[in-house]
Amino acid sequence: MNKLSTTSLPKDIAAEKGLVNIQIDGIWMQVPKGTRIIEACNLAKAQVPHYCYHEKLSSPGNCRMCLVQMGMPPRPAPGAEPTYDEQGYQEISWNPRPIISCANTVAENMGIKTQGELVEGCRKDVMEFLLINHPLDCPICDQAGECTLQEYSVEHGNAQSRFKETKIKKPKNVRIGERVRLDDERCVLCSRCIRFMDEVADDPVLGFAERGTHSKLTVHPDKLLNHNYSLNTVDICPVGALTSTDFRFQMRVWFLKQTPTIDTNCGHGINTTVWTRGNDIYRVTPRQNNAVNSCWMPDNYRLSFKKFKEELRLLEPSHKVTEAHQPIHWTKAFASINEQLGSANSENTALIVSASLTNEELYLAKILAEKLDIKILASVEHKQEEDNLLISSDANPNTLGLQLIFKLKTLYKKLGSIKTGIKSGAIKNLIVLGEDLTTIRGWDAELLGHLDCLISTHSLANSTAQASDYSLPVATAFENEGTMINLSGRLQKLNSAIQAPTNVKTHFQLLTSWLHSLEVNHLPTKPEALFIELSETYKALNGITYATLSDLGEPIIETNYQVPLLAKEEQRRKQGIIA
Amino acid sequence: MDKSPTLDQQVNHPVSAGEKHFAPFAMTPELEARIDEAISHYPDQIRSSVLPILHLIQHQFGFISAQAITWISEKIEIEPMRILEVVSFYPGFHQSAPGKFHIRVCRTLSCAMAGSENLMAELSKITGIDRSACDSHHQPVAVSDCGTWSLEFAECLASCGTGPVCLVNDDFHEAVSPAKAQDLISQYSK
Amino acid sequence: MMADITYLEGKEPHALEKRLIFKNVDRKDWDTSIDTYLNVGGYNSLKKAIKLKPQEVTGQVKASGLRGRGGAGFPTGLKWSFIPPDNEKPVYLICNCDESEPGTFKDRYIVHQDPHQLIEGMIITAYAIGCKLAYIYVREEFPQAAQILEQAIKEAKSKNFLGTNILGADFDLEIYIHRGAGAYICGEETGLIESLEGKRPYPRIKPPYFPAALGLYMCPTIVNNVESLCHVTHILSMGSEEYAKLGTPRNTGTRILCLSGDVRNPGYVEVEVGKITMRQLLYDIGGGPLKGRAFKAVIPGGSSSKILKCDEVFSITQGDQKVDLDFWDIPLDFDTLAACGSMAGSGGVIVLDNTRKMSWVLNNINHFYAHESCGQCTPCREGSMWMKKISDRIVEGKANAEDIKTLEEVAYQIDGRTICAFGEASAWPVEAIIAKFKDELIADTSEDNTYISKEKELQQQFFQT
Repeated sequence: MNKLSTTSLPKDIAAEKGLVNIQIDGIWMQVPKGTRIIEACNLAKAQVPHYCYHEKLSSPGNCRMCLVQMGMPPRPAPGAEPTYDEQGYQEISWNPRPIISCANTVAENMGIKTQGELVEGCRKDVMEFLLINHPLDCPICDQAGECTLQEYSVEHGNAQSRFKETKIKKPKNVRIGERVRLDDERCVLCSRCIRFMDEVADDPVLGFAERGTHSKLTVHPDKLLNHNYSLNTVDICPVGALTSTDFRFQMRVWFLKQTPTIDTNCGHGINTTVWTRGNDIYRVTPRQNNAVNSCWMPDNYRLSFKKFKEELRLLEPSHKVTEAHQPIHWTKAFASINEQLGSANSENTALIVSASLTNEELYLAKILAEKLDIKILASVEHKQEEDNLLISSDANPNTLGLQLIFKLKTLYKKLGSIKTGIKSGAIKNLIVLGEDLTTIRGWDAELLGHLDCLISTHSLANSTAQASDYSLPVATAFENEGTMINLSGRLQKLNSAIQAPTNVKTHFQLLTSWLHSLEVNHLPTKPEALFIELSETYKALNGITYATLSDLGEPIIETNYQVPLLAKEEQRRKQGIIA
Repeated sequence: MDKSPTLDQQVNHPVSAGEKHFAPFAMTPELEARIDEAISHYPDQIRSSVLPILHLIQHQFGFISAQAITWISEKIEIEPMRILEVVSFYPGFHQSAPGKFHIRVCRTLSCAMAGSENLMAELSKITGIDRSACDSHHQPVAVSDCGTWSLEFAECLASCGTGPVCLVNDDFHEAVSPAKAQDLISQYSK
Repeated sequence: MMADITYLEGKEPHALEKRLIFKNVDRKDWDTSIDTYLNVGGYNSLKKAIKLKPQEVTGQVKASGLRGRGGAGFPTGLKWSFIPPDNEKPVYLICNCDESEPGTFKDRYIVHQDPHQLIEGMIITAYAIGCKLAYIYVREEFPQAAQILEQAIKEAKSKNFLGTNILGADFDLEIYIHRGAGAYICGEETGLIESLEGKRPYPRIKPPYFPAALGLYMCPTIVNNVESLCHVTHILSMGSEEYAKLGTPRNTGTRILCLSGDVRNPGYVEVEVGKITMRQLLYDIGGGPLKGRAFKAVIPGGSSSKILKCDEVFSITQGDQKVDLDFWDIPLDFDTLAACGSMAGSGGVIVLDNTRKMSWVLNNINHFYAHESCGQCTPCREGSMWMKKISDRIVEGKANAEDIKTLEEVAYQIDGRTICAFGEASAWPVEAIIAKFKDELIADTSEDNTYISKEKELQQQFFQT
């Protein structure tokens, strides 16, 4: 063996960068000190099967599925110097006992085997244990298709069970909360859900009762799993023990198309996956983004897609003739609006634009205001109670986009003067993009009745639409695409998971058509193309295109805003609870 | 929202003939003072007092009722589930009343070799208890119809040199051969 | 001193015994009061210790060679020295009085008859490790022990051996009793800590939760067995050098052996570690087999230790030499029993004679571990119950030879793959009994027994159609 000069040893080179050398399945690599072995294996593309481990939760090490073989250099005899091979690594002496990779961290010159007789034997054995008392009800289990028990069973299991005994009986189909059902026979007792409720939701209502092989997950009947984050337990349940009351038995997951997008219920812009079949949404789940929402999402946000029931939707543009609304063709509607506004004094006209519009739509709204020479602009601030986790007090999803596009931080403050203007008669015409004004205190149908012309856009029928002279139907966030900026200053992409009804336009389409009718003809037909113009116009967006913007978004504005849930996660990391 | 009957079973106690020998759960100032004293033994974390409080309550009321769990959870401000987890884990805590005299016979190896199984059979006969429905997990305790006696197999009582051994409430009895079962019962039936 | 002591009639120590810990057990005119203890020089070790620096006390315990008496035989002084030197958190001492390894019944007599010896050992230990708050975890099945210890603590406090400024030194200590509720797993130190925290006693993973660094409330915690803590009292009293002369070089001091099962004189004896052999224990002390019977096998260190056959010859390495060691010549120390493939464990020696059917013995043991598995980790939770169910069938005559093979494989599937040592505790008896008594077990089976459960039968029909 060559003796290399000590300065050139891999261990010293790695140590300088805060890294360690680790050999995974025969290949050396460098990973940061303190990395969990299971994560290091992930980096090496040597995925280790696991049930209880979840990167955002503490590691109890209870499932024993992630056992790997570990080795370290043998301790040199007293006085002897360690020897290095020609690459500068020490020989690895393999431990005959497997270790769990989820809770152990890497060390310099450590060797890990994720393959081989020992490791594969361990996995096969753990799988057999997990299945002996597990019901064989996959054909009627809602988890089928996304069940790690099924997946690992195929990879590591036996076709035949040696278990001849009677299985343990446990409660099935138990309502443990408003939105979650429990099947204890399917539970592998990994405790992910318990740890989530304890560590992340801070509402430790779940626990194990009984002991040994009779242990079962449950809640105390006085304190059910009704927390607003309860459905996250369904997401992280690796098997079919916890299922969503809303989603269960609705659709086999393999029939569903997944669209990565963002939530628009508040300023956090939680990353989501929308699961659809045809033009129907079946469920919304959080998509991991460590800079936005970690792996989680509140229940009310994920179920918010349900409010867009077809019978409540506005499905065609309409025009108020005397008291009643009559359908009107889009082209005709714009012509008629243009005529009415054209004959009015633009000083009597105001525009209210919602901060739930995408950046591209806001940009078009700005062009519209310029074209119509509207100087009175405002937006509606929506405050809600924050939950110290993922619900922000700002219920608008794109407040920062609004500020960027209009280069104004004060649009929210202008709303009052519009109200005064309407009352005094100074404002006669009002365009409202995406806001139901009657939900704001001090705004009602009577106030809106002072207007000569009210034009508004909505997805759902509401009192503002009712009071409008022109009511224009627009797409929901699930039918729309574009970009938004969350409270942390992160530019994120909204993608359409389903199509809007035939006669319904997105704000983007609506505004380009309108501007077209005003002879603004240079506008592209797709948000992606318009974004090129935005990125040239606004410094913060310089150099970004849809193609370069990943599904995880990109930080573009420094705001110092901290998502409470992420701050708490960071605290747990500092305490060593998670890595 | 309606609760699942399966959930209520977690805290429901099957009716037991032993109940008549115990007062129903009701906190008294004296007991609460003792509980406060127990809590003071854990200055660094109040949750540690769960086991001692359960012992104090069980000692007085015979078993841990649903009300007792609720009371403790309010007293030391922890989730009721955290208490249910503990109560249902430890065989030392009962969720329904044992008899006035609860007899635990050691089942483990040395006592079994010394005849504890026969001792249990003998005790069952004398007290008129049918243990045929018992199993070590779901129904470890069987109570006599009169509620005076209850029988349970315990795991190793750590007196293997003098088996078979048993505990009658807090009294320990060694070398209780099946022949001495009647004497044992007589001691308490006075 | 020993010469002055008289014991109750019929309870006199055997000539082979060397009593330190059990010096006052079964002693005539002896009671558990502090005055009685003080009359024979009680708490003098504490007075001695408190004049030393804490590190010096730890040094003495290290030098004594004391190995833990709870089961693993880990050096006690070394364990104490694992508390991080830069620690600023509170340090806790917990006395493990959850004696529950089947076959073991030594701690019971210490606390019932000589509680102050334990309290004194705890105070010295607390002083050595910088602990101000200590607990004694007493198993629920020892109600009297808890009462006796409560009283002893009260007395010790009244004499300022506990409380503030103990014996005028800058040293405060409170000891409280914490009662368990019937769970073998609480004998595992991290399970015990969880139980003391008011939780289900799920053992913690190690790393990272080594109690000496992250124990009770995530603070440094030392968990010592009752007997180990009592030895501390004697090490201070005798001096580590004198103490280390007892026993054999790597297995110093005395230890209490608990003899039970098929032997004429079951009971406890305290002997120098490694100074007596299996033959002396079973014949000289135990009085030999019961009338008309013959010894068959011995479980030497609590029910989880691997069984040894009385006619076995072990090929072991002693020093540099390979030697053949006859079962009867095994000295009862940590290392030799380990070399013979078993362990000294907790000192509970269970003797089986030729009237015992091994399938029945195995089934009894399997029942214990299936009942006591905490259920936290997969192999132990599922495996212990599976093993019990198979052995149930062997006893009922419903098993075939294939079942014995499955049983053995299940044991090896648990062994070495669990969070705590309970996995091995449940697997070892199965592995050893099958390895050594396979023929006997197979004799209880029949190839005609093709048992399968009703539901499995239905399943098979379902999948065939």
